[in-house]
Amino acid sequence: MISPELWGLIGRGILETLYMVIVSTLASYLIGLPLGLLLVATAKDGVRPMPALNAVVGVIVNILRSIPFLILAVLFMPVTRAIVGTTIGSTATIVPLTIAAAPYVARMVESSIKEVGFGVIEAAQSMGASPWQIVTKVLVPEAKPSLLVGAAISIVTILGYSAMAGFIGGGGLGTIAQNYGYNRNQTPPMIVTVVLLVVIVQIFQTIGLRLSHKLDKRNK
Amino acid sequence: MEQDVIVSIRGLNKTFHGRAGTVTALDGIDLDIARGEIFGIIGLSGAGKSTLVRCINFLEKPTQGTVTVDGQELGALGKKALLEARRGMGMIFQQFNLLQQRTALENICFPLEIAGTHKADAVRRARELLKVVGLSDRADNYPSQLSGGQQQRVAIARALATKPKILLCDEATSALDPTTTRAILALLKEINRALGITIIVITHEMAVIEEICQRVAIIDASRIAEVGAVEQVFTRPQSAMAKQLIYPDGKRDGLAIGRHYCRIVFDGNSSFEPVVSNMVLECKAPVNIMFANTKDIDGKAYGQMLLQLPEDERAARRALAYLQTQNVHVEEGDADDFT
Repeated sequence: MISPELWGLIGRGILETLYMVIVSTLASYLIGLPLGLLLVATAKDGVRPMPALNAVVGVIVNILRSIPFLILAVLFMPVTRAIVGTTIGSTATIVPLTIAAAPYVARMVESSIKEVGFGVIEAAQSMGASPWQIVTKVLVPEAKPSLLVGAAISIVTILGYSAMAGFIGGGGLGTIAQNYGYNRNQTPPMIVTVVLLVVIVQIFQTIGLRLSHKLDKRNK
Repeated sequence: MEQDVIVSIRGLNKTFHGRAGTVTALDGIDLDIARGEIFGIIGLSGAGKSTLVRCINFLEKPTQGTVTVDGQELGALGKKALLEARRGMGMIFQQFNLLQQRTALENICFPLEIAGTHKADAVRRARELLKVVGLSDRADNYPSQLSGGQQQRVAIARALATKPKILLCDEATSALDPTTTRAILALLKEINRALGITIIVITHEMAVIEEICQRVAIIDASRIAEVGAVEQVFTRPQSAMAKQLIYPDGKRDGLAIGRHYCRIVFDGNSSFEPVVSNMVLECKAPVNIMFANTKDIDGKAYGQMLLQLPEDERAARRALAYLQTQNVHVEEGDADDFT
C-alpha cells in the first residue's frame, strides 16, 4: 500500500508544511498586524483619521485579496526568485504565502479591533491618551482574544494555500498529494495526506480557540 | 457670577453633519460652573446634554464658541496641550467603560500609565483610590467579576487617579439599580466634599439632581431652558421643560368632583409643620390630597402638594386664606389648571 520510503516522504512533508505555514503566518502577521491597525486607526471614525492613506491601503489590500492564491504565486514568481533564488520548494513558497496572507491577516486584525467598544476608546481619550497609546494600550490588549481566534482562522487559510502550492512545486503535503494522488492516481497516499491536513487544521484551530478562551479575562 | 468659575462656556454651538443632513446638537450655550460645586445638567434624551459634557473635555469639538476650563481656553490649545488638559478632568460613563482585560487595580493604573507615571507610584496611588471607593479587596478582580456598582466605583477611582479638578459624570447611574445609584451618588458627594473636586453630572433623572446637585441647568432642544439653584428650580420651575421634568405625573385625570384646587409648594422650612392638618383644624373644612411629593434636599425639605378644596365656595376661600398666611407658596385654580 504505502512503502516505507513514502512514509518517510510523508513525514518530511509534514515538517515542510509546518515550516511553511508557521514561518509565513509569522511573516504575514509582521506585515498584516500593523496594516490592520493602520486600517482601523486611519478610518473615518478611527482614532487618527487619515482618509487618503486609508483608501490607498484599503485598495492595495483588496487587490491582493482578490487574486486567487495559485495565480498570485505564479504572478509573483520573479519576486520569489529575487528573494529566495528559486521558485521551487517550501522556502520559496513562503514568499507568495506571505504576500497572499498578509492582506488577509490585515482584514482579520481590522475586524477584531473593530470589536473593541467605542466607550473604552472614549474613556481612554478622556484621560488624554494619544492615538498611539490608544492603539497599543487599549485596542490591541482589549482585542487580544479575538486576535487569537483570527490567528487560528488565518493559519488554517495559510495551510490551505500551502497545499495548493504543491501544484507548482511548493513542497510539503500538497506536493505529495499532487505527485501520488493526482499524477499517479494512488488513493492511499491521497487519503493519508488528507487525514494529516485535517488533523493539523484541528490542532491549530483547537490551540487558537483554547488560548483565546484562556487569556480572555471576560471569562474569569 | 462672583464665585470662582472653573468651567466657562460661551456661545457654544455644535452641529453634526450626517447623512440625514445637518443636526444642531447645541445652540448658543452659555454656562458658568463654580469651582467645588456639584452641577447638574438634565434633559430628555437627545436634548444635547451628552454632547455638552463632551465639549467640556473637547471629546467633541464645538462648531462655534469657547470652552474655558480653569483659565485655559481649550480651543486655543495644541494637540499635546489638549491631551494634558484632559488629564485635569476625569470622566465616568453610563457603561463604566473599564478595560475588560485588566484587573481593577490595573484599570486605575491606566490613566497614570498614559501620563507616564512611574509604575510603583501608579500602583500605590491605585491602591489608595481603591480604598477611597471601598474596593480594596477587589484589586485583582477583572471587570467581569464585579457588579455594576463595583465597576462604577472602579471607574470613579480611575477617573480620580490623575488628581483631576473636575469630574464629568455622563449618566453615571443610569445603568444601576436604585440602591446602587444612591450608594454611588453618596460616594460622589463624599468625593466632592473631601477632595473639593468640581463634579458635573449629566442625567435624565430628576432624582439624581435632587440627591447631589447644588445647581442645575435644564437643557431642552439644544438650548438651556433654565439654570439655577436646585431648590429654586424645584420649587418654582419657570420653563416648560423644567415643569415637565419635575412634575412627570403632573397630568392627572379629572376624577375629582370639586372644581377648586390649589397647589402648595414647600420652601424648605415650613414642611416640618403640619400645614395641611392645621388648615383642616383651623378652617373646619376637609381637603383632598390629590398628589403629594415632598423630599429632603440637603437637609431641608422641599416639595409640593395638590389639594382639592371643599366644594363650598366660602370654605374654599377660608382654606386658601389660611394657607396664604403660612410660609408656603400657593397657587390656586380650577381642575383644568392642574390637569
